Amino acid sequence: MSSPIVKLVAQRIALGILLLLAVSVLIFAGTQILPGDVAQAILGQSATPESLANLREQLGLNQPAYIRYFHWLGGVLTGDLGTAMSSGQDIATSIRERLWNTLFLAFWAAIVAIPLAITLGLIAVRYRNGWVDKLISGVALASTSFPEFFIGYLLVFYFAVEHQWFPAISTVYEGMSLGERLQAIALPAAALTLVVLAHMMRMTRAAILNVMQSAYVETAELKGLSGFAVIRKHAFPNAIAPIINVVMLNLAYLVVGVVVVEVIFVYPGMGQYLVDHVTKRDVPVVQAVGLIFAAVYITLNIIADIGAIVANPRLRHPK
Amino acid sequence: MADTKAKPGLLLDIRNLRIEATVYPPGEAPKTITLVHDVSLTLEKGKVLGLIGESGAGKSTIGLSSMGYGRGGVRITGGEVILNGRDILKGGKEGFRKLRGREVCYVAQSAAAAFNPAHRLMDQVVEASLLHGTATRAEAEKRAVALFKKLSLPNPETIGERFPHQVSGGQLQRVMTAMALCSEPDLIVFDEPTTALDVTTQIDVLAAIKDAIRDTHVAALYITHDLAVVAQVSDEIMVLRHGRLVEWGGTRQIIKEPRQEYTNALVSVHEIEHREQQPGTTPMLSVKNVTAAYGGSHVKVLKNVSVDIFPGQTLAVVGESGSGKSTLARAITGLLPPEQGSVVFDGRTLGNKLSDRPKEDLRQLQMIYQMADVAMNPRQTVGTIIGRPLEFYFGMKGRERDKRVAELLDEIEMGKGFVDRYPAELSGGQKQRVCIARSLAAKPKLIICDEVTSALDPLVANGILKLLLNLQQVEKVAYLFITHDLATVKSIADSIAVMYRGEVVRYGSKSKVLTPPFDAYTDLLLSSVPEMEIGWLEKAIAGRRMESAGN
Repeated sequence: MSSPIVKLVAQRIALGILLLLAVSVLIFAGTQILPGDVAQAILGQSATPESLANLREQLGLNQPAYIRYFHWLGGVLTGDLGTAMSSGQDIATSIRERLWNTLFLAFWAAIVAIPLAITLGLIAVRYRNGWVDKLISGVALASTSFPEFFIGYLLVFYFAVEHQWFPAISTVYEGMSLGERLQAIALPAAALTLVVLAHMMRMTRAAILNVMQSAYVETAELKGLSGFAVIRKHAFPNAIAPIINVVMLNLAYLVVGVVVVEVIFVYPGMGQYLVDHVTKRDVPVVQAVGLIFAAVYITLNIIADIGAIVANPRLRHPK
Repeated sequence: MADTKAKPGLLLDIRNLRIEATVYPPGEAPKTITLVHDVSLTLEKGKVLGLIGESGAGKSTIGLSSMGYGRGGVRITGGEVILNGRDILKGGKEGFRKLRGREVCYVAQSAAAAFNPAHRLMDQVVEASLLHGTATRAEAEKRAVALFKKLSLPNPETIGERFPHQVSGGQLQRVMTAMALCSEPDLIVFDEPTTALDVTTQIDVLAAIKDAIRDTHVAALYITHDLAVVAQVSDEIMVLRHGRLVEWGGTRQIIKEPRQEYTNALVSVHEIEHREQQPGTTPMLSVKNVTAAYGGSHVKVLKNVSVDIFPGQTLAVVGESGSGKSTLARAITGLLPPEQGSVVFDGRTLGNKLSDRPKEDLRQLQMIYQMADVAMNPRQTVGTIIGRPLEFYFGMKGRERDKRVAELLDEIEMGKGFVDRYPAELSGGQKQRVCIARSLAAKPKLIICDEVTSALDPLVANGILKLLLNLQQVEKVAYLFITHDLATVKSIADSIAVMYRGEVVRYGSKSKVLTPPFDAYTDLLLSSVPEMEIGWLEKAIAGRRMESAGN
């Protein structure tokens, strides 16, 4: 690879790391601003000034905030996310499996949603302004407009209650085969697909339509290429950067925004874990999950940036 | 009209072609306008027919109709297009697809835009041949390399591996010609193939196209607005105006003995009499040893440039693209602070940066741009656009301002009726006039005109030049006139600076600069301007002393 690409990519990665650090400061600061502290939360009603002071001493809460921040950050960097207040369990251990579950669900939703969205976008451009285009846009828009919990319950009602093809509750546990797992997550994956489909499809359509105005598309038409070949060979490669962007944004949503869907299907992922511990005001867990979500978001956006850079032939093949 | 059978040797026979489009004027019901009114033409195998006329004449529309193609909702609503003995309009979509890229190929005005930036050149050049199954990949590539050689492209064996952005504009235009020739069509439509190029590059591309046409016996429709260019390549010329035929005849007849008044106007378009003024004693603006670069780059776009402009006179700056003409304008106006050197105006040194200059200095230097339509806010009326500098520099308001706007509209030979119009409702020439009025509104001592006539049709451009000369008489304003067109320079300049790769290579009064002996570059520039004379191209190529920079 040539030097301008390496430089640009390195810049993006450095920027991403910086951004993540900034986010970690924000997360830490945010949890400090909240009224009460861990000691108060642990002792609850039975707190006396003396016991509070003792516990704070014990937990190191008397130290200045910046020292506690670096302490926390150091732990995070070495894989130690702290212990959950409510259960006393190690956060890193409990998160590991749940994170994997969430990624598993997001992965399969993405596998279905991304090719489907792009194909539908291509078809919509091919038959632009005709009834096919309007049908695709209409259905996609409708599926996005419904809140995901509504879609979730609709799916449960039809596929789990009426027909009993898929389970209504997506329990997964160790020792399940891949097939069993896939069957378990079919409905939440479908719900997620429907939620992210329209955005990606419409952005694909818009990005390609934008390119369809170009002179080189006319050149392709004047070579005798058929409508679909023009779109696939000549328009799509030049619309790839905005498409990667919207795909990554939606991938991030699949990981970070699944909270509601996981709760509906009682899926043991990060979202459920987060919601559980928010209700318990378990600050260390909320911090850890927040940081992981931020990391996923930033990583995917960096990938989108890098993808757009690499997709640009001017950067890939400098003069 | 009796025989529908084609004559032997006849390739293309367009009969009573009528082309329409639906336009959607703002606030009115959509209406159908006719772009081409019953035009007929015939073209024999291996011959070249030049289609000429100003924009809106329907030249491209007619050219594309030979491929059954209508740009942006344009419809062929009447007539026949008989190609190789059959009416292609009856073939339907599938029929069009089969003939496009096989029987008829197209060369666009801007090859830089017409090549897909995402694919290598070779893939695009052989695409049509592979699509129509006329050659295997190996055969097509071999043919392409042979064509690259014929069109004298550098490194013909490997240039196909490059991406469009890695090749210069003049080379891309030749690659595009190779692309059209690669599928061995019967007819090529050249749509202004050299208009976007520098004169020095245009001549090479023109010669390459002419040789390729001669050697491959392909027929061609050559579309351009430049009569001198088309005279070099065509056997016959057809003059069009407003979608109607004006005159059709042999090349010699059209340029030597035009029968129609309009053709005559096209032939004699550049003859403006302008008596050169002698430089005064003290210059109004002096550029002193200016060196400039973009973004701290090591590549100096201007190298030690010094020129003087005298009050009420015109300095023309000529050179090809990339020679630093526009950068000089940016340095003078303060948009690009020079690294070294200074700009002296009325005896005092101007601030390097725009932000260091007082409002009064900004007022004295105004600019007019090539693209009049993007230089105006599309949501403002002509009155607002011209009135803005009056408010900004002189604090004029209400009736006083409106009166001045009306006077300015008068000066640019546009009536009061234009005050409430929007830029989109004006023609190209009218837009440029509004831009001129806007710059005059500031009552500047110097107007920088950056390629102000390059985007206009010759007759319209001529009108703009005459207007600028008249305004100079009345307002005593000086011009810094940036152009690549030497004919324009001859009509308007008092002194000339020839720029080449960031340096002024020749500078002096018009008569001095245009009198031999020339330096090599000025000679190349002067000898590259197409002349309305058959056989000029061969003579010019033979007499050249240096290669053009774009080559």
